[in-house]
Amino acid sequence: MPRIAVIRFPGSNCETETLRAIARAGGEPALLDYRDTDLQGAQGVILPGGFSYGDYLRSGAIARFAPVMGPLRALAESGAPVLGICNGFQILCEAHLLPGALLHNTQQRFTARPVDIRIERTDTACTGHYTRGQVIRVPLAHGEGRFVADEAPLDALETANPVALRYVTVRGRGLPANPNGATRDIAGICNPEGNVVGFMPHPERLADPVLGDDVGLGFFTALVERCRGAEVGA
Amino acid sequence: MTVMVEPQPFPGERPVTDDVVREHKLNTREYDAIRTMLGDRTPTLTELGIFSALWSEHCSYKHTKPVLRTFPTEGPQVLQGPGENAGVLRLPDGWAVAFKIESHNHPSAVEPYQGAATGVGGILRDVFTMGARPVALLNSLRFGPLDDARNRYLFAGVVKGVGDYGNCVGVPTLGGEVRFAPGYSGNPLVNAMAVGLMRADELITARAHGVGNLLLAVGARTGRDGIHGASFASEDLTSESEARRPQVQVGDPFTEKLLLEASLELIHGDYIVAIQDMGAAGLTSSSAEMAARGGVGVELDTSAVPTREPGMTPYEIMLSESQERMLVVAEPHRVDEIRAVCQRWDLDATVVGRVTDDGLFRVVHDGRLVAAIPGQELVEGCPIYTPEAREGDAAVARRARQPEGTAPDPVTALERLLDAPTIASKRWVFEQFDGTVRGRSVATPGGDAGLLRVDDTPFALAMTVDCNARHVLLDPYEGGKGVVAEAARNIACTGARPLGITDCLNFGNPERPEIFFRFREACRGIADACRAFDTPVTGGNVSLYNQSPLGAIDPTPTVGMIGLLEDVTTAVPSHFRAEGDAILLLGRTHGHLGGSAYWAEVLDCVGGPPPPIDLAAERALQEVLIAAAAGRLLVSPHDLSDGGLAVALAESCIGGPWATTAFGAEIDLGRHAESVSDEGWLFGEDGARALVSCAPERVADLQRLAGTHGVECHFLGLVGPASADLEVRRDGSHWRWPVARLRAQHLDAIPRRMAAPVSAGED
Repeated sequence: MPRIAVIRFPGSNCETETLRAIARAGGEPALLDYRDTDLQGAQGVILPGGFSYGDYLRSGAIARFAPVMGPLRALAESGAPVLGICNGFQILCEAHLLPGALLHNTQQRFTARPVDIRIERTDTACTGHYTRGQVIRVPLAHGEGRFVADEAPLDALETANPVALRYVTVRGRGLPANPNGATRDIAGICNPEGNVVGFMPHPERLADPVLGDDVGLGFFTALVERCRGAEVGA
Repeated sequence: MTVMVEPQPFPGERPVTDDVVREHKLNTREYDAIRTMLGDRTPTLTELGIFSALWSEHCSYKHTKPVLRTFPTEGPQVLQGPGENAGVLRLPDGWAVAFKIESHNHPSAVEPYQGAATGVGGILRDVFTMGARPVALLNSLRFGPLDDARNRYLFAGVVKGVGDYGNCVGVPTLGGEVRFAPGYSGNPLVNAMAVGLMRADELITARAHGVGNLLLAVGARTGRDGIHGASFASEDLTSESEARRPQVQVGDPFTEKLLLEASLELIHGDYIVAIQDMGAAGLTSSSAEMAARGGVGVELDTSAVPTREPGMTPYEIMLSESQERMLVVAEPHRVDEIRAVCQRWDLDATVVGRVTDDGLFRVVHDGRLVAAIPGQELVEGCPIYTPEAREGDAAVARRARQPEGTAPDPVTALERLLDAPTIASKRWVFEQFDGTVRGRSVATPGGDAGLLRVDDTPFALAMTVDCNARHVLLDPYEGGKGVVAEAARNIACTGARPLGITDCLNFGNPERPEIFFRFREACRGIADACRAFDTPVTGGNVSLYNQSPLGAIDPTPTVGMIGLLEDVTTAVPSHFRAEGDAILLLGRTHGHLGGSAYWAEVLDCVGGPPPPIDLAAERALQEVLIAAAAGRLLVSPHDLSDGGLAVALAESCIGGPWATTAFGAEIDLGRHAESVSDEGWLFGEDGARALVSCAPERVADLQRLAGTHGVECHFLGLVGPASADLEVRRDGSHWRWPVARLRAQHLDAIPRRMAAPVSAGED
């Protein structure tokens, strides 16, 4: 069973449901501390949502200096799956494992609601369980989720097609597509290799059919399978 | 040991004179009682401050205790009743739920963002000090009308404050209510409720015991903020209240999150004897109350308390209401382990006192004794008052009032109701609240009640907060019953069985007979309804003196109720979901319009007697709803409350705040209740009713079920196609509303008003 670590920073608050989603997806969840200096054999890592250090500075700006970030960077560079959700995405950007930055929502308010997102790539570490162009509705909750990057690198990114998820409008669903003013409706991105992925929505919160839907579980199933594939390959 | 060393004033401290006593809001009777208690000596200023905090209405319940004692508080489901930080009810399989509601009205009136945020922080601490992990938040908010710029400022600030705090700590907001009425213009209400889950055997109470045990301050340092907050909350708001703004505490949800984790680790690891939040009246109330409950004395060394700034006096340290602090009682040999746990969460734990055997509440500072008060009497010796209660003439006149002028046609009337901020969609509010963090939310705000799956068990908790203050204003007794009945209806609509309540009793100045009458009668109504529903009161909070130069607030006894849904897979949302489903009305319609939203919002008349509440009929309706859910008979249940049948129909058609489809409906009221007027049918607010939809083939089963409980069940019509019209026929009349239009009005009512500028200034 692939071991997947969830790293808790002071102020993380989505670790419980993330660990649960990993277990449901068939992985072996492991909760690690930001002070840990090795990843205890984890084959993949998820940085969960929350408010690391209260987000009193810029979101993720302090967490990037945590001791665990060294081994995390090494794991990412080895090609293993690393996923950042919400605050985890912000940390990955601050740590320059992903390009761009996440700023305050255009409306200057915390926004919590379901969003429709389109899967733009299925060859990343965690999107292989969906089909390209598939639209799913998952929860979202953040105050600083407006993805921005300079135009030039963005164009380069788009050419290489590393945008993983995009907010979209679904006809008849009556919600504004883009919940935070993100550039080019970007909800999530990945590095050129596709093993480091970050996004703002919270699929881990919709990974239990008893709650009405488990459409979010696919991200975790894909991640577990990617780790399992690496296991077999090794 | 009874060596009575007399405490001495702290150097530089003002002498206690009559003026100083008055400043501390203590009357002659109370001051005489204090002197007697101290063996006929003048208290030191520190002592006077301690008395003033603990004998404030907020801490002593001196005007309300005899009335509160009339609440039913017992039942097989009660694990912990009133008197602790939070009430606790038993759940199946060894689980238990801790919950409590509390007000933060006065601070929010002068500093809406921080006032509301710290209200959330305080109630979370009340729940996790019981050993429970907070899993849900709810809130009940009241503001003056949104056409006023200051009201918009208060509304925006409070909503942001509530949201930012809960979002950061990572507790989902699963329910709430927001209402607007002129009575709250000078005095908004912010009531926050927290719900926590625990194993029943993990319960810990806030009782100090074990002579020689140590007291530790854990968490944030003590500053000069919030000094006298408890006393501030126990006086009328005046034009000078704005000057209190620097006294309002500042919240730090990040520290709260660390404190939460550290506290649960300390409790579950059995490191400590007792724990209590340093909430209202800070170190004073937490230490004095823990000592009194445990029947022991304490000695505090204020010079050991970590402070934010040098030079703080014992008076300031004892009365500070700095947030995110806990007081812990522990055996001396556990102190190092406690420090280690706290350090892991980047928190300080400092020994600040010890448990003693002489029953005295003692404060020393730099080796000087500055306070020595008999502990039990300090907490329990405040004179108790039985204020005069008399209904005011204005109240009697209001109840007799009838609307004047011409009523608009029902089509316009319903549109006006949906556009009234009290009835309109609160999406603008709760899209600022994280409702899904922790990944256990089954139903988020926008339906009848919040629903949360308990861990990985088959059952779920239902939760709601309710208070139709207009009904209470017009008839406190029937209104009080109605508050509990509406909460129970909301719970039952999810299929859950009501288990118990917590209450937040917001009223004006109890020293006025007409106000105390409202308080007493509303409580009598709540007590009667709780007895009828087997939902004991497990605790709560009284907030009096909600009184500004504009007058008293509408009486607002908010009820937070918890229910148990045994099979979470039977949960259904409260709106229509399939074309062709049958629509039925459960319960009897009398067409009672007195006290209705229709009169208030459409005809500009707050008047008439509110609908009388038939508790037996309410209970029967609850049983039908619970049994119908368990039998999977229903597609959607929705309770009838503000705006009556017409609003319930519109809401069921419009769908939830994030609905992907809105449905039409074709309704024919036929010959049911023929003597009732059209307005009474559409907008009357009789209780004990719910609007449900079900598959056509289940109609007979549902009618049979309702019949066995003696509940009327009328077939009204069918759910129409997506985006069609809501059509209602009665005899020759026919009303039609395009649902897309209703949805737009319902959703846009608050954002449209909030697009106007806000202003902190008076205007």
